[in-house]
Amino acid sequence: MSNVPRLNVIAWHAVQGDEQPNVLKLANDADPMSLADGLGGIERIELHFPHFTDGRAYSQAYLLRRRLGFTGDLRATGDVQIDQILQIARTGFSSAVLNEGLDPADATRHLARYSGFYQRDLAGA
Amino acid sequence: MYQYNEFDKAFVKSRAAQFRDQLERWESGRLSEDDFRPLRLQNGWYVQRHAPMLRVAVPYGELSSAQLRVLARIAREFDAPEPEVYLKAADAQGRLGTTHLPTNSAHFTTRTNVQFNWIPLSKAADVMDLLASVDMHGIQTSGNCIRNISCDERAGVAPDEIADPRPFAELMRQWTTLHPEFAFLPRKFKIAVTGAAEDRAATDWHDVGLRLLRNELGELGFRVTVGGGMGRTPMVGSVLREFLPWNQIMNYIEAVVRVYNRYGRRDNKYKARIKILVKAEGQRYIDDVEDEFREIVEQDGGPHTIPPAELERVTASFVPPAVTRCESKHAARKDAPTDNPVFMRWMQRNVALHKDPALRIVTLSFKRLGQAPGDASAGQLERLADLADRFSAGEARVTHTQNVVLPWVAADNLFALWEGASQLGLASTNVGLLTDIIACPGGDFCALANARSIPIAQALAERYQDIDELDDIGEIDVHISGCINSCGHHHSGHIGVLGVDKDGKEWYQITLGGADGTVASGAAQPGKVIGPSFSAAEVPDVFEAMLRTYRELREYREQGRYERFIETLRRTGLDPFKAAANNARVKQEVSV
Repeated sequence: MSNVPRLNVIAWHAVQGDEQPNVLKLANDADPMSLADGLGGIERIELHFPHFTDGRAYSQAYLLRRRLGFTGDLRATGDVQIDQILQIARTGFSSAVLNEGLDPADATRHLARYSGFYQRDLAGA
Repeated sequence: MYQYNEFDKAFVKSRAAQFRDQLERWESGRLSEDDFRPLRLQNGWYVQRHAPMLRVAVPYGELSSAQLRVLARIAREFDAPEPEVYLKAADAQGRLGTTHLPTNSAHFTTRTNVQFNWIPLSKAADVMDLLASVDMHGIQTSGNCIRNISCDERAGVAPDEIADPRPFAELMRQWTTLHPEFAFLPRKFKIAVTGAAEDRAATDWHDVGLRLLRNELGELGFRVTVGGGMGRTPMVGSVLREFLPWNQIMNYIEAVVRVYNRYGRRDNKYKARIKILVKAEGQRYIDDVEDEFREIVEQDGGPHTIPPAELERVTASFVPPAVTRCESKHAARKDAPTDNPVFMRWMQRNVALHKDPALRIVTLSFKRLGQAPGDASAGQLERLADLADRFSAGEARVTHTQNVVLPWVAADNLFALWEGASQLGLASTNVGLLTDIIACPGGDFCALANARSIPIAQALAERYQDIDELDDIGEIDVHISGCINSCGHHHSGHIGVLGVDKDGKEWYQITLGGADGTVASGAAQPGKVIGPSFSAAEVPDVFEAMLRTYRELREYREQGRYERFIETLRRTGLDPFKAAANNARVKQEVSV
C-alpha cells in the first residue's frame, strides 16, 4: 500500500460559484461536537483556514473524523497553501481548494515528499 | 545515545530536501516573504538584527562527538557574513559600545539548542544537508509548534534519578515531530522532562513540565504541570496530575495540546501562550483536558499508549556505554595531585558524583572572559569533540545554564581531562557561582532585544575575577535577558537583569528572589522588581552593593557553611537589598 496520502486538490477558480446542497460550512471557532446529532444527509463539510497559520481546523477535522465518524467529503478552504497540503491530507481532509492562483499540480507533488511519518495519519487510523 | 535508524535518517533528509525546495521557491519569488516566514521558522531559520540566525535542535541536550565536529565545521565554514553585512553590523553595534562581535562560532542556548548568527540564507540549504549527515536539523526549533524537548543534563547518570527520562523524551520527540494537527498552534509550546529528585530542567517554567516519580505502589508515572512560562506574564505551571501512569503520557499531552489548539487565544500574541488559557479558564481548562483525555482513551482507543515493548526498544538505545576506565598511557595520573589547588577546586566545583561509582559527571564551563556565556568557537567545538571522545564515550550534553556536561568520565581520568579542558579555557571553576551567568544574545544579535545582554555579563565577569571572592559569595543564579521575551530566564534568577529601552537608551531592571525550582533555590517563582531601572554602568555597582549586603547579613549554618544568597534573601526579605541597590545609583547633578 502506498504511503502517499490521498487528497483531491482543487484549483480556486474551479469552484467559484459552485453552490451545492448538503454542504455544511463550519466556522473556524465552532465546536464540531455540536454537530453530533446533525450530520444526517451532509455530504460535505467545509473547514475554513482564515490564514494558513491558524491551525484550529486540523483539530476540527480530527474530531469530525475520529469522534463523530463523519465519512463524507471533508474539505479545506480559505488560505490553503501548497506547503500545507500534506498536513491537510494527513489530518483527515479528503479535498482542498487551493488559495487563488495556486496550481494543483504544484501542490500534489508535495504529497509524496516523505516515505513515512512518526504518527499514523489521523484520517484512517 | 539514541541511534537513528534508516527511517529517522531518511526522514531528516526528506525534511532538508523539502526546505531546499521552499527556499528556492522563495528566492525565485514563487513563495512570498509572508508565506515563507513560518516555514523557515519551523526549520530554525530566523532573520535577526544583522543577519539570519539558525537554531539547530539538540533533542534533550544530547550531542555526539561526530555531531560536535559538524557543528564545528558549520561554524568554521559557514558562520561568516559577507563583508558588507559584517561592517554594517560592527558599525551599528560599535555605536552602542560593543567592541567584539564574534563570527565563526556557535552558541548554546537556554533550551539546550545550538545557534549560529551569521550564516547567509543563500547557504541555508547546504547547511541543512550537512546537519542531516549527522542526524541533525532545525525542525520545530521555532514557530508556533511543539518545540525541542529539553531534559536534565544528568539524565541516566545522576545518582538521585528515579528513572531515566530520555526514552520518554525520545518517544515524545518522535510523536511531536511534524505532528500534522499541532503545527500551527496559537503560540510556541515547550516541554521539559526530568527523572531525578532534583529539578535541573526548570520544568515548572515550561508549557508542559514532566517529572518522573513513583507512587505508593512503586509504579512509575509523571507529575504533569501545564501553563508555566516566562515572557511578560511570568507564570509557574499548574499541577494537572500528581501522578499519571507513564504509558499514558502522550495521550495526555495530546489532550493538553488539542484543547489549547482549539481555545488558546489567537487575537493577541502576547496572550496566546497556554499559560494565559490556563490562568483565564482555571478549573474549566483542566476539566476540558480531563474530558478530552477520557475520550482519547475510551473512544479513540488510546492511540498513543506506549506499549512496554516500544519503551524497551527505545530504552535499549540508552544503555550505558563502555567507558575507558583509565587512559593507559596516563595511568600514572591515577594519583591526581591533591596538592594542586586549582585542580582540587575544579574537582569540588565542576565534578559531580555518578550512578556508577567509578565514573563522574563533569561540567565544562562556557563562562569565561572574552566570550559570551554559552559561546564556543569552531576550534573549541572541535576540541570539545576530542575531549568527549577521549573521556566521555563520545557524548556531551548541553545544559540549560549554557554549559556542557561530559557524562561518562572515569574518575581515574579526571586529571587528564582537567588538563585538556584548561587548555581550551573550559575549566573555569565557577559552575553554580556568580559568573556562571545565563544570558541571551541580546541586542548585539537579536532583533527583538531592547538592550544588550552580553556586555552586562562581561562587565560582571570582569568585576568578579577573584575566584576566592566568588567562592565566598557562593552559589547564586544570575540571569540576564535583553528583552521581556525572557530567553535569558531573568524571571528565575536569584538576581535577574532585564534590558529595557527608554527613549532609545539601554536600561536594566533588576529583579530579586526568582527561582528555577531547584532544591537550593526553592519552588519556582518569578523575582520581584526592586525599583526603577539602572544604567549599564551602574549594574556592576548595584551587584556589588547587594552582594555586600548579603555578606553582612548572612548567617552561619550547620555543616560549616554560610547561608546562600537566596536563603538570606528569603529570610530577610528584599528591603535591605533594595536599599543597597538604590544607594548605588549614580546621583544625578541637579541642573538649574
